Amino acid sequence: MVERSEPVGAKHPTSVERRSDREVIVRRIFDAPARLVFEAWTRPELFKQWWVPKSIGLVLLSLEQDVRVGGGYRLVFDLGDSKTMAFFGKYIEVTPPSRLSWTNEESDDGAVTTVTFEEKDGQTHLTFSELYPTKEALDRNIGSTEGLPEQFTQLDALLPTLI
Amino acid sequence: MVQCSPHLDASFAALSDPTRRGVIEQLLRQDASITELAQRFQMTLTGMKKHVGVLEQAGLVTTEKVGRVRTCRLGEGALDEEWAWLERYRRMWTARFDALDQVVEELKRKERDDGRKK
Repeated sequence: MVERSEPVGAKHPTSVERRSDREVIVRRIFDAPARLVFEAWTRPELFKQWWVPKSIGLVLLSLEQDVRVGGGYRLVFDLGDSKTMAFFGKYIEVTPPSRLSWTNEESDDGAVTTVTFEEKDGQTHLTFSELYPTKEALDRNIGSTEGLPEQFTQLDALLPTLI
Repeated sequence: MVQCSPHLDASFAALSDPTRRGVIEQLLRQDASITELAQRFQMTLTGMKKHVGVLEQAGLVTTEKVGRVRTCRLGEGALDEEWAWLERYRRMWTARFDALDQVVEELKRKERDDGRKK
């Protein structure tokens, strides 16, 4: 009955790659079947436990997820000084437990996000992709600090403490 | 089409190692000698020289020898905006996915417990 056999800190690495002019992808392996990882992306009470990890220090004020094709989602963050910021869009593909895709409509040139969950030998190989409509839209997010969503600018200040 | 610059490829290869990422973090705060870096990361001078060499090749670090001390500082490559953005992005996702690991572990445990009850 070994409940916690994994050595502490033995986490799978997270890799990031700019796959094309318009696309950034993130890859990660999870030691669980795809249906469980998919569940953690699609049930609000689970999603909010990890999307904004405590160490990041941001406060998620509310989260709505209507996970079906055409259904909407909305996340509202507290930025302090009674300012808030919302991220929202619609699910355009929902295929349990292997594929999930949504739009990002808080800006005119937001990305389409696609997450795939591929199960191999009991592990889930997850790929997260953000595909922007144009190279310019991606560059606006990457190229300048001004173009970064507020969330990332805030993270920037906090991230060195995470290492 | 995938058009990562050779410079960016070298940067990513150089940054695939946690010690080298740590060195960059350290140099973001202040310049440091090879000896200081070796002490900080608890490794031999030779080992640290190798890491710094890889970072230097990628343009992420420059070094200058004054007397017997070789000082390391961030190179222009490390200030590259695209690289900096991707590195921030990677860290954010690392934090998220490490948290997701815990949520998934909890789901696995619940499933095992439910299985026992049946």
